[in-house]
Amino acid sequence: MVHEYDAIVIGAGGAGLYAALEASKSAKTAVISKLYPQRSHTGAAQGGIGAALGNVEDDSPEWHAFDTVKGGDYLVDQVAAKILAEDAVRAVYDLENRGLPFSRLENGKIAQRRFGGHTHHFGEGAVHRSCYAADRTGNMILQTLYQQCVKNEVQFFDEFQVVDILLDGTTVRGVVTLELASGEFHVFKSKAVLFATGGFGRIFKITSNAHANTGDGPAVLLRAGIPMEDMEFYQFHPTGILNMGILITEGVRGEGGILKNRDGQRFMETYAPTLLDLAPRDMVSRAIMTEIAAGKGVRGDRKIDDYVWLDASHLGRETVEKKIPDIADFCRTYLGVDPAEQAMPVQPTAHYAMGGIPTDVDGRVTDGTTVWEGLYAAGECACVSVHGANRLGTNSLVDLIVYGRRSGQHIAQFVKGAATPKASDSDADPARERVAALKARKSGEHVGPIMSEMQEVMMEKVGVYREERAMTEAVTKVQELRERFEHVAVEDHGADFNSQVLQISELGNLLDLALVTAGSALNRQESRGAHSRKDFPERDDDTWLKHTLASIDGKDVKIGYKSVDVSIWEPKPRTY
Amino acid sequence: MTITLAITRQSKTTGDKPEVKNYAVEVQPTDRILDALMDITQNQDGTLGYRRSCAHGVCGSDAMRINGKERLACKTLFKDIVEDESAPITVEPLRHLPVQKDLLVDQGVFFEKFHAVKPFFVPKADAPEHGEYLQSPEERELIDEATKCISCAACYSACPILEKNPAFLGPQAIVQAARFVYDSRDQGLEPRLDALDKPNGIWPCESKFECTKVCPREIKITKLINFTKRKIKKYREERGEHTAEEGTK
Repeated sequence: MVHEYDAIVIGAGGAGLYAALEASKSAKTAVISKLYPQRSHTGAAQGGIGAALGNVEDDSPEWHAFDTVKGGDYLVDQVAAKILAEDAVRAVYDLENRGLPFSRLENGKIAQRRFGGHTHHFGEGAVHRSCYAADRTGNMILQTLYQQCVKNEVQFFDEFQVVDILLDGTTVRGVVTLELASGEFHVFKSKAVLFATGGFGRIFKITSNAHANTGDGPAVLLRAGIPMEDMEFYQFHPTGILNMGILITEGVRGEGGILKNRDGQRFMETYAPTLLDLAPRDMVSRAIMTEIAAGKGVRGDRKIDDYVWLDASHLGRETVEKKIPDIADFCRTYLGVDPAEQAMPVQPTAHYAMGGIPTDVDGRVTDGTTVWEGLYAAGECACVSVHGANRLGTNSLVDLIVYGRRSGQHIAQFVKGAATPKASDSDADPARERVAALKARKSGEHVGPIMSEMQEVMMEKVGVYREERAMTEAVTKVQELRERFEHVAVEDHGADFNSQVLQISELGNLLDLALVTAGSALNRQESRGAHSRKDFPERDDDTWLKHTLASIDGKDVKIGYKSVDVSIWEPKPRTY
Repeated sequence: MTITLAITRQSKTTGDKPEVKNYAVEVQPTDRILDALMDITQNQDGTLGYRRSCAHGVCGSDAMRINGKERLACKTLFKDIVEDESAPITVEPLRHLPVQKDLLVDQGVFFEKFHAVKPFFVPKADAPEHGEYLQSPEERELIDEATKCISCAACYSACPILEKNPAFLGPQAIVQAARFVYDSRDQGLEPRLDALDKPNGIWPCESKFECTKVCPREIKITKLINFTKRKIKKYREERGEHTAEEGTK
């Protein structure tokens, strides 16, 4: 089946919905998502969206932009960060004006809390910048945007998985998708395609990411020969629930929560004397792993899966129930721990990809020389780059809203002058043949072991601390898993809701992204932001102040580079 | 421990007739039901169909009936429901929505009813030029519970009224309406009156509390429904009008 649109948005999280709202004002637009509406992972974001409203104390977008650049260890494109911080203020007011139920101050204004790495006067001290709705800010953003889509009658194709991009040279023609309910392939012919497919934390064993976060967009584009930017920079959030990886918001520390080692010592005093527990995430995660390696984790066995305490019990029951009610619920449900009375057992959890599909500040996909006409990306799957080597807390939500909107606006203009592309049902034939071949295979391996072996090797060898030998082993292992993946088989030969076909599509995507992540990490011989190498412990601006561009060439990763915009602030050592 | 999951399967291959299939799974007491379902699909039987995403109770994908009660599979641990390790745990799809395959139900009607209540902001006043509508913490508190709804449809399945009257609007749609009815910034009741104050709108609810009992977000749904009923009655009284409930009596 062939559908024809001006603009197709893939993904119904914050970036996709915002872009769709903008684009659909003037262009015939549809949103394609592999999930039902409101199930997207934006809904799991907790602690807040950063904007220098100054509702609690003096603040300025310039400080926010500087914090973003410094937090990203100077790998951030600085004009993009400036746009992010300046537009964040308008974006938050816009969301509120569309009904978002932010928590409030006594004077009726939007409440703000402290968050890691957000400071006043260029690093003097922590600032109240994170605008929040209790600890379900992302869920409220997702709901508000979905409500607006209902109001504006935005068209949705629910439970469609994207499998191929259609390009004519470097110009977009559309996408090929799999309708999960019927097992049929649909071609969407479109002048513009925006990828807003979110993250791919499922390449790691312990992750805060949803099962659906399998990087479908980046993987589809990689296979079409488009390189991925800065994939070595993957954020480990310092406070995931022990063994489960479920996120415990930085907002807990923003409200006064404290990290402690087995001796009850507030160890962040050693690592970040000014910001303490509110240092950026990469630094806090490293501090935790350093404590664990020194035998100061709670078990004390120095293994990488040891843990520390996050203590919020001194904040009192009222603060816990009002400010972090969902966290309290998760802890009670999954751990049997009441955070108003006991400390929470936490460990770093794979959380956010700073890297992804390379774009300019209007969401257009570009490697710095080529611009793919009509092809856009926004949100976590994109790399603008506003997060550089390490994203600050709250900036993911800002990114969705600011760059989702800019992409949607650019698309609306672009499609006015773009020619109607050519695409036909036969464009789905390669995808149909792949599924037919899969179903024809009489015997083969289950997806389960390949998935878990990938997640384990990535967690162990491409985690918080990295070094050459382990990463080389990881690359080899992922290459071997990609080979085994070619021989997986399915039991489900049905067409409707064949979840095995979907899982295999997702696993293939994850394997490609794991390979590119490990390969990019192995290549970068310095430590910067979230990429921390034991064998190259220093940042090396002379050689490495540049973005990585990685593509897949057979079983290998091919590396290129792109320059960093450092036009506003000169790179300096990063201390807090 | 080894636990048996007795899962109600239904698909084209069963001739669209429900049949129960048992699966033995090795689990820890702290594992989620979802962990066991995923273990089955990844290592035992890849044909089993169900929805899931976030796996920690915020996306609303995996509501199903576990031991006869609506629960999120990702928020239910074996230790919470296993009393006797030898007794199978029953897993069934949600009720009141057509089964598509196994534990997947078609949520089309559920979303239609949700959309019917105008579940979006209808502001009282024009937005400030550059800033937020003001709202006190006390006013914000009035909508706190309703904003927790994740549209998982557990309440819709548990509702005994929908059993006898499938046209009833259902608990989730009323919660979504209440989220705006009590928002001090919104026009409130009026834009949603058409959907709520009609014979199959809010009135069929008989306060059986089954929705409240199963809500994984612990929203006091029945209370919200009753508050909203009272608000509608007051609104009609003030105008000397009848509610649709009175009209049907």
